[in-house]
Amino acid sequence: MSTLPGVSRRRFFHMIGGGIVVFVSLGPTAVFAQEGANRLFVYPKDYNAYLVIGKNGRVAVFSGKIEMGQGVLTSQAQMVAEELGVSLTSIDMVLGDTDKCPADMGTFGSLTTRMFGPVLRAAAAQARVELVALAAQKLGAARDSLLVEHGTVFVAGQPRRRVSYGELSRGAKIVRTVQSDAILRSASEFQVMGASPRRLDGLEKVTGAAKYAADIRVPGMLYARLLRPPTHGATLLQLDTSGVEHLPGITLINHDGLVAVLHTDPEAAEDALGRIKTLWQGSATKVDPESIHERLVSQAATLKTLAERGNVAAVRSNVKHVFEATYKKGYVAHAALEPHAAIAQIREGRATVWASTQTPFPTRDKIAKALGWNPMQVRVITPFVGGGFGGKSADGQAIEAARLAQITGKPVQVAWSRSEEFFNDTFDPASVVKIVSGIEASGRIALWDSVVYSAGERGAVACYDIPNALFRSSGGASYGPPGPQASLHPFATGPWRAPGANMNVFAIESQIDMMASAVGEDPLAFRLRNLTDPRMRRVLQAAADAFGWQPAAAPSKRGVGLACNIDAGTYVATMAEIKVDAASGRVQVIRMVCAQDMGIIVNPEGAKMQIEGGITMGLGYTLAEELRFLGGDILDRNFGTYEIPRFSWVPRIDAVFVKNDDLAPQGGGEPPITTTGAVIANAVFDATGARLYRLPMTADRVRLAIAALSANCSKSFSTPA
Amino acid sequence: MKRPISFELNGRRVTLNTDDGRTVLWVLRTDFALTGTKYGCGEGVCGACTVIVDGKAVRSCLIHLKDIERQRVLTIEGLAHNGELHPLQQAFLEHGAFQCGYCTSGMLLSAAAFLREIPNPSRDAIVSHMERNLCRCGAHQRIVAAIESAARRMSGPS
Repeated sequence: MSTLPGVSRRRFFHMIGGGIVVFVSLGPTAVFAQEGANRLFVYPKDYNAYLVIGKNGRVAVFSGKIEMGQGVLTSQAQMVAEELGVSLTSIDMVLGDTDKCPADMGTFGSLTTRMFGPVLRAAAAQARVELVALAAQKLGAARDSLLVEHGTVFVAGQPRRRVSYGELSRGAKIVRTVQSDAILRSASEFQVMGASPRRLDGLEKVTGAAKYAADIRVPGMLYARLLRPPTHGATLLQLDTSGVEHLPGITLINHDGLVAVLHTDPEAAEDALGRIKTLWQGSATKVDPESIHERLVSQAATLKTLAERGNVAAVRSNVKHVFEATYKKGYVAHAALEPHAAIAQIREGRATVWASTQTPFPTRDKIAKALGWNPMQVRVITPFVGGGFGGKSADGQAIEAARLAQITGKPVQVAWSRSEEFFNDTFDPASVVKIVSGIEASGRIALWDSVVYSAGERGAVACYDIPNALFRSSGGASYGPPGPQASLHPFATGPWRAPGANMNVFAIESQIDMMASAVGEDPLAFRLRNLTDPRMRRVLQAAADAFGWQPAAAPSKRGVGLACNIDAGTYVATMAEIKVDAASGRVQVIRMVCAQDMGIIVNPEGAKMQIEGGITMGLGYTLAEELRFLGGDILDRNFGTYEIPRFSWVPRIDAVFVKNDDLAPQGGGEPPITTTGAVIANAVFDATGARLYRLPMTADRVRLAIAALSANCSKSFSTPA
Repeated sequence: MKRPISFELNGRRVTLNTDDGRTVLWVLRTDFALTGTKYGCGEGVCGACTVIVDGKAVRSCLIHLKDIERQRVLTIEGLAHNGELHPLQQAFLEHGAFQCGYCTSGMLLSAAAFLREIPNPSRDAIVSHMERNLCRCGAHQRIVAAIESAARRMSGPS
């Protein structure tokens, strides 16, 4: 965990030149991100620069967050423009540069707007107060007689008595250190926040000018290709590099387990890699997608209680209906379109590494460790990132590039092939959720006893009012590198967009639906009967209104479903209409409505894009994505066999926002994906009467579930599994 | 085989003296530093490396220099004309038809070649044509809307 500040103040001043530099001192309340039980140290208590107002009036904003498509380049600029009183076009964002930006743990967990946003807004709001004070001196006017518009301070009613922010800083280096308790503008005052300007990264992205890590060119740079084992856990027995040693222009490295070939032409490096002869001893592990679930349960760590109410054991024998089900899910790849890439250059005792990463500061520290250096000798610069979804936090490629630059003394690019991208992925773990639940004759849920294996804790505690409930988990997501120390999974696993919540919500909301169906009640009415949280009730109602939800017990043969969840502070309710082709089992989603209460919305169009993107990506884990593997052998190595959602899969998606301007902005990037699996599963049940207990719901699995249903009519769908 | 090989790149005639078996994607990205053409899969299954060769959208990771000899190659860097964005680029901006942007070059060029052949496509035809271009962020419905809107703009007055 990094606690180092981004850069020394002296060094920072040297880089910036003149202008007004605004530092922010954070109180202890802003230091912790509240993410379940894992309290992460997110921001340093040290002083860090957030804003520099230049002589030309332009405002440089420094943020340790990175832009990977989620739109925070634009939304952070909006927050500063709003609080500082400048136009959006006068802002230059500097993201993810460890020499310039305030230290940050990384861009994940839907934390940027929720946790960093208030800090950034406070910095800008305090800067505005300081600038108005400077203007008051300069104009000889009382502070409270001054107004700010587009970066100019003027005397109310006397617009000619004015001074711009740029003029205030002219010829001087002015430093202001402010506390983070600034008074922020309220939603009713917003001019820039709450609007949907075009994305600031748009022009670069539609013209091909946007630079991603692999697009950085450094004079003298070599392209590296690295020798990888064929399977995780394999040991290298023989290595014969004689076929490449005399190839023109090839640099061969065999250093402390790192075998690589480098060339000025990436194809020549690739060709050379193919000429290295190896003999490997495979690993004995033979677990596969079918046997993994038994292993996850039998080898689970001690169960941890996440929440407990009432007395589960006592009511179990008394409730009218008891439902018991086991839900399963396989491994899912991140499969960002941009594979990991990094360029490392070492000069005068400092390493500069351009990396596709969600975590520039921790990456800097890992690189320093690998080089045997002090972190301040390493600078990580993050260009645009071509999709992250949690998968760009391990940073193996950046360490590889830095090590090769150190060994060869030349700038080195390491850009993973798609095959390496799959092989080295930190997959969303396979998981199992077991639930026993029960209802009274009144239709009230009286009992809930659930155990989560390997999915993790996020989304594991249902939001319903259940008097007797016990929620347990086998202790986190069991993330870790492959190898004997992490015997649960045969390869690395890690965070994947809303880690664990996709599986947990699939299980919980399927179980809720199953109970509603068993008592012959409309699934929306059943949920409302068992929910008192007013925010969730409002969100469900908003979704129902927009969708045109018609009450009926499932299965109604209409193919409609719903699911809801609370994630990253945001309330989300999703409804779907689907069609199932009974012969093939293929599911086609026709339309979806997603309603959210996410507090103040900084950029409504950006929030909609996250809803559309989350749902669309969610269709992958819901309908198709499941890594094929045998032990440590990753069998899916490209999109030819690993299917991700395509244009024809995507339904019409409508986003609905439930206004809640009294609440600070909440998470946006992850909540909408969490309900996708559940809502489609419930719609499949509504369409066919077959309940799917395993993700993904591939055509084969749906077809078999329907076939099993008709083969065994007497155990009709109205009784629980 | 190493030899001089010429083609037209974004309206300009270029000649390289190099192995004609080299892959177009890597030649564009290294020799010309035209990095808007992206590597995504290396097998022609994702579409991120799409360029237009003699009017047809092709996967530059699957073709070699000898395949483009004396042909006209258009990359994303050449799509805007005389400093004016192509209607598709304009429509992508207006509709927010991208998130991370990594698939965007390929989407634009694939759509541009398509609209040149079929100026007034139905929504289904757009979906069906774009099916082999992958986007992980989920910008699909905005991409389709942007292509529809660009098609309307390009095909006539209104």
